[in-house]
Amino acid sequence: MIPTIESAVPTEKSEKVSEEERRVILSARALRAGYGAAEILKGVDFPVRERVVTAVIGPSGCGKSTLIRCLNRLHESVPGGWCEGELLLDGEDLLRIDPVLLRRRIGMVFQRPNPFPSMSIRQNVAAGLTLNGVRARRVVDERVERALSDAALFSEVKDRLDESALGLSGGQQQRLCIARALAVEPEVLLLDEPCSALDPIATARIEELLFELKKRLTIVTVTHNMQQAARVSDYTAFLLMGELVECGPTRQVFTRPADKRTEDYITGRFG
Amino acid sequence: MRFPDYARRKQVDRFATALSAACAFFALAALFAILGYIASKGAAAVNWDFLTQLPKPVGEIGGGIANSIVGTAKIVGLAALLGGPIGILGGIYLSEYASSRTAFWVRYAADALNGVPSIVMGIFAYSIIVLPLKRFSGLAGSIALGVILIPIVLRNTEEFMRLVPRSVREGALALGIPRWKCVLRVALPTAAPGVLTGLLLGISRIAGETAPLIFTAFGNRFWDQGMLHPMASLPLTIYTYAISPYEDWHRQAWAGAFILLMFVLTANILARLLMRRPTGGHS
Repeated sequence: MIPTIESAVPTEKSEKVSEEERRVILSARALRAGYGAAEILKGVDFPVRERVVTAVIGPSGCGKSTLIRCLNRLHESVPGGWCEGELLLDGEDLLRIDPVLLRRRIGMVFQRPNPFPSMSIRQNVAAGLTLNGVRARRVVDERVERALSDAALFSEVKDRLDESALGLSGGQQQRLCIARALAVEPEVLLLDEPCSALDPIATARIEELLFELKKRLTIVTVTHNMQQAARVSDYTAFLLMGELVECGPTRQVFTRPADKRTEDYITGRFG
Repeated sequence: MRFPDYARRKQVDRFATALSAACAFFALAALFAILGYIASKGAAAVNWDFLTQLPKPVGEIGGGIANSIVGTAKIVGLAALLGGPIGILGGIYLSEYASSRTAFWVRYAADALNGVPSIVMGIFAYSIIVLPLKRFSGLAGSIALGVILIPIVLRNTEEFMRLVPRSVREGALALGIPRWKCVLRVALPTAAPGVLTGLLLGISRIAGETAPLIFTAFGNRFWDQGMLHPMASLPLTIYTYAISPYEDWHRQAWAGAFILLMFVLTANILARLLMRRPTGGHS
């Protein structure tokens, strides 16, 4: 079933549950980040609640991608990239965790599908395990199958696991990338505009997937598509020119925004 | 709106297109002329004895160049073992780890090394290997050829590593894979067809080098006694036979050239086939 806006926006009841029960598992406080002399994020406070979907929206260049790339510290791996402020994962200072280990706990899916060209479908999904020293064939095979099933791809590829991943369609490649991230069993999954290179049908499949996945992991998705944010997310953060304007339950942000700029953006007055 | 000189432009366009086609044809024609000429002169003289026998003493008709074929295989093989890994690892360093300042100078040095005349490489190997050992040797030849191979492979490896999209590297990093493993297990295999092609083309280039071998491997009319002794090689034998006064040696020089050409051609075709595999990006 393709979720509609109505079914996706949480009802008053579930919203209440979220507020009461969902604790903040990942948070940024006074986060500033940029490249060299350019400051892209100018002091952002961003809470991410456990096992719900948080959408980050905002116009191009507002720092959405930079924000989530700070969360798995990929931003710092780019030459000139810097970030400072407080980042907490489950109460732990995220900046003091080894980035390599951190990224096994916080997975990421990118804007364009990026399967490893030299690897088969199976090897792609297994990469996070095999390249990190998991050797037991049985364990790897089992996790590959589970990850592919969780990414709703297994039935489509089960007969060609050893073929090149480049033979898959764009939508399948993106689900492969989701499976690849899931195989490592992260606590949090970051998605950087995961559907922007996909057609509407492939997009709908990814959105459906997020509904399933949030039952057991925390999801942060960046999107420039407000309808998508409304459909898939429980919480929405609105970012504008490096500042977090508003962050709250999606229904509230979309129906009773607290800030005039959020209202203007959502109603399409700019951006 | 009128464009008064449109007709003239079209003519100029036609002329320029024809001219560039003619130039392309000329380049191809030169290649096929060389191939055809060597094949017609050399192929006839190639037979089993030629491939499997040692040279006959001066003045006797017949004999073969088996020792030169084996010598070339040994010298070039060792050169590839010396220069290949240095070139590939250096290229990886250059594309993945070097600061832009370091990269600039390494690249500059590699390009300069690439431009050094091959006979100078021969003199270099002569002074660091032949003089101290007081003997011409296949090893000295391998070192001269290996040094020629390094910058070719290094620059090529760097180029192909750089072609691996950033998104692929980030995909690997995001899985919690350490950087060095991302480079060796994800980026390098993605670039592998290009890297290997460059290696093969480099090897086929050094296989044909003559000048660096003149005062290093030196040549030998018998089976060599090991890498530390004078060694025969195809280009040297062709050179020696071609400038000799004997009709039969001229014939053998053509045949040797034909064998060398076949070797280089095979390496080139293999390299092209390798490149057909996708190199990075999305197909």
